[in-house]
Amino acid sequence: MCRTDRVPTAGILWLALVVIMFVARSIAADHKDLIHDVSYDFHGRRMATCSSDQSVKVWDRSENGEWHCTASWKTHSGSVWRVTWAHPEFGQVLASCSFDRTAAVWEEIVGESNDKQRGLSHWIKRTTLVDSRTSVTDVKFAPKHMGLMLTTCSADGVVRIYEAPDVMNLSQWSLQHEISCKLSCSCISWNPSSSRAHPPMFAVGSDDSNVTYGGKVQIYEYNENTRKYAKAETLMTVTDAVHDIAFAPNLGRSFHVLAIATKDVRIFKLVPMRSDRKESTSTGPTKLEVQIVAQFDNHNSQVWRVSWNITSTLLASSGDDGCVRLWKANYMDNWKCTGILKGDGSPLTSSSGQPTAMSTIVGSSVQTSQNALNGMSAGRYFFPPLDPPRAGTRYGHLLPPSSLIEHCDAEPIQPQQALPYRLSSRALLPLPEAEGQ
Amino acid sequence: MEELDVEPAITNIPAASDGKHLGFAWGPGDILAYETLYMAPGAKGSGCSFIHEVRKDEDIYSPILRKLFNESHHIFVGLQTIREDLPSKNKKTQFVSISKNYRSVIRACMEELQQVAASVLVLQVSILLAIELIWNLCEVLFIDAAPAGPLLLHLLDWVRLHKGDVDEKAREVLQSESPAEHHDYWDVVVSYVLQGRFEEARQMLVKQATLQPAARNMYKLMDTLLSKMPFYNPGGTQTLTEFDVKWRHWHEEVDRCLQDNSFASNQHLEIICKILVGDEDTLLEHKELLSTWYHFLVTRLLFCHPTVKPTELHYYAQSCMTMFLDLRSVPEPLDSILLAAFEFDIHQVIKDCSIALNNWWFVAHLTDLLDHCKLLQSHNLHFGSNLREFLLLEYASGLFTHHSLWQLAVDYFDNCPEFGHVYLELQIERVPLDTERKALKVLRICEQRQMSEQVRSICKIMAMRALRNNRLGSALSWSIRAKDAAFATLISERFLQDYCARGTFSDLDLIDNLGPAMLLSDRLTFLVKYREFHKLYEENRFSEAAKLLLSLITAKIAPRSFWMTLLTDALPLLEQKECNVVVYLLLELGDMEKI
Repeated sequence: MCRTDRVPTAGILWLALVVIMFVARSIAADHKDLIHDVSYDFHGRRMATCSSDQSVKVWDRSENGEWHCTASWKTHSGSVWRVTWAHPEFGQVLASCSFDRTAAVWEEIVGESNDKQRGLSHWIKRTTLVDSRTSVTDVKFAPKHMGLMLTTCSADGVVRIYEAPDVMNLSQWSLQHEISCKLSCSCISWNPSSSRAHPPMFAVGSDDSNVTYGGKVQIYEYNENTRKYAKAETLMTVTDAVHDIAFAPNLGRSFHVLAIATKDVRIFKLVPMRSDRKESTSTGPTKLEVQIVAQFDNHNSQVWRVSWNITSTLLASSGDDGCVRLWKANYMDNWKCTGILKGDGSPLTSSSGQPTAMSTIVGSSVQTSQNALNGMSAGRYFFPPLDPPRAGTRYGHLLPPSSLIEHCDAEPIQPQQALPYRLSSRALLPLPEAEGQ
Repeated sequence: MEELDVEPAITNIPAASDGKHLGFAWGPGDILAYETLYMAPGAKGSGCSFIHEVRKDEDIYSPILRKLFNESHHIFVGLQTIREDLPSKNKKTQFVSISKNYRSVIRACMEELQQVAASVLVLQVSILLAIELIWNLCEVLFIDAAPAGPLLLHLLDWVRLHKGDVDEKAREVLQSESPAEHHDYWDVVVSYVLQGRFEEARQMLVKQATLQPAARNMYKLMDTLLSKMPFYNPGGTQTLTEFDVKWRHWHEEVDRCLQDNSFASNQHLEIICKILVGDEDTLLEHKELLSTWYHFLVTRLLFCHPTVKPTELHYYAQSCMTMFLDLRSVPEPLDSILLAAFEFDIHQVIKDCSIALNNWWFVAHLTDLLDHCKLLQSHNLHFGSNLREFLLLEYASGLFTHHSLWQLAVDYFDNCPEFGHVYLELQIERVPLDTERKALKVLRICEQRQMSEQVRSICKIMAMRALRNNRLGSALSWSIRAKDAAFATLISERFLQDYCARGTFSDLDLIDNLGPAMLLSDRLTFLVKYREFHKLYEENRFSEAAKLLLSLITAKIAPRSFWMTLLTDALPLLEQKECNVVVYLLLELGDMEKI
């Protein structure tokens, strides 16, 4: 019988779930200790790495895709937890946060042509933010439509929002908001929506492991009238320690999507309750209806990082199983694991911190699991027996010549004279804020 | 909810497997992965700090496939412009020709790949072959939707096209010294018969007949049988029933020949006769020549059911597949995909293809075409158009990670009504603005689509970059494009400072020709007017110069910090005849100083 008119079954709901990936190249980062964070710049042409070795390195991708370290300097006097780029509208600006209880803002200055030829760039410290009394656990720039604003959160449970009122003078940062979350903070994420319908909003997660303290994710929203951030919601169902949190790009939707790394991966939908908003002319923040969209315990235990790709079609998470898992929704908004990155137990080693002069090409094989594709490897048309890992093929990685990697053990050059045309600056005014309970 | 029927793919990273974590960072077209250990302030890491760049969409980076992407883009754009109101018959012709265009692009690409013939590309060739094979079948079954009669002819063409090795072998045989004695001779003849290519088969048989004068009559009989086999002529006046009667008549004749042992003395001719009568066992003895179950299917239809209806296909397909494949062997993805097509299960075809191919190109374009043919809606799927959009968005997002293919992606996004615009916004602002030219290109795309926020942001980025590199003129024109008053003010001040320091202006062309754009900020207006003053002064039009200077001060657009400079500029005017004006000016200034 012909099945032309049959009703579709769930079978067709899962499309293209297998994301085949391969290691294109491996870069010897040459940090002397654990790498804690790697961060791409907005256009994906640069990256910054930070480490327990207290340094930050900046890497530039050349025309042919190779990465070159163009700057490396000591940034803090403790482990550097996170490093993040400001939007390029504000120039080449990095922020870092550290165990040393500070966050710092760095700006690249256009060097002499001499340096450019040597493939080096100069980064100078514009400011050190010293308000925290404990380890600064996360640092994030606010969405660019809000101006140049930097947010930190720290183990003492305080979220601080700083603003650089003059984008040409990054040595002036004023503490605009200080929000006490009562619980040790581990991570923050800004809602990227620039829609006028959505006031500025961020989520903060706590890694306090005491489940009796209640919800570990708090959502704060800016109130135009009070000019303060007030708590809009606490995700009461998230009672275990939260290690990372990430708002998805908004895609013009009325609701927000938030991913959380706790003892599992969770995806929440936050739906602003419109009618409420109209009634409350001034005071209360938007009421949010919280819906859980997905929850995965595939990492077996703690999940440490979550992050969305550009269009939020993929969510990546990293957990105690040592894997990075990729999650994808199909067009019916159902989520599944679609790819796994997994350590194969054969870490590359570089001797004594020298960038290894390795000409070995690192595993550029297409690894697939026991899935449909393996069945195909004997197929007539699909995938004839593949050569084993294509050593020496076009995906050879390039390591930066050691001469390009500088180890500055001292602080970098002192900030130059602040740019001259800035005439006044706002004084640093801490504005402790009543946290909306 | 049905369980996921495929396991996620595992990509091995050269990093420690236990006790460590794998950190990651999303990039535009890849993920960076690195070994780390979360939440361990005291933990000491090893010196092993590699960052691994993990990529997907490998195809995007293949230089030969780029042609596929480029050319199919043209076809795609053409398809989107086919008017809704065309009579459906005309549309069908167009859709079939578009489908053929897509296939010819695949073929061209495949041929190019075969010429390169590097072992790395074998995989790509085999994928393209599969894609073309599937596409062709979908074209026959879904797009052309051939009815009983023509259906078999199309399927025969399909098999012939994808079983080209017969021709190669035939060439070899014919080029040998004595073709009829070549060890592949009978293989070629039988292969021709299996594909219903009787003209070629007969020509080959003539060579054998001349060698065996004794068997001449037998060969003549076979030649007659072959030449008399009726084929349905879709253009003719014959009805399907008339054809069927004629075919049955022929079939009986062949059967008679077999019964009365006409070919008993020649084993080869007997086999051919058995094939003609559609003897299953004989067909299955030639598995090697058939090579695939779907060739077997089409051959079996040719000799047993030439008037097969589309709705009956899946029954024969299923049974042929079972008969042909060993009982032990599990159908491979390609088999399942083709079977699903024979079952007219379009969604299963799309689903299986997207799982098996790791390539969005095929599913996105095929689904789009099927959607235009209104084939997805006919399945009563309320999300039919979303399926199309979902796949197009995935494909276009992949293109966006490539440094030049991203431009093709724009048209795909444009044709995704629901999320296309938002995706384009998110993706296009990530396009690296390496040069002014590239920035202008991106800008034009955004401007054409009224993406004002992206336009503003690009201009702002370019303005900031120019300023950082001390290219004031470029910075100013970009910030004017961005309509960024604050930044224009800042740059204007830079210009004025430069003037104070050096006594000359840079970028005169730009400043002199700003026109109404100078109204963007007070400081910019002042800069332009102040430059105008200098020009008047240079042209010895002192009276006008003085008046302008005066108006600059009285209108209070001159920055206070600049008054000293203005006064200094005014001094030479004292020596001119129009000193009354200047005196007035100075008095005025003096007044203001007091305030």
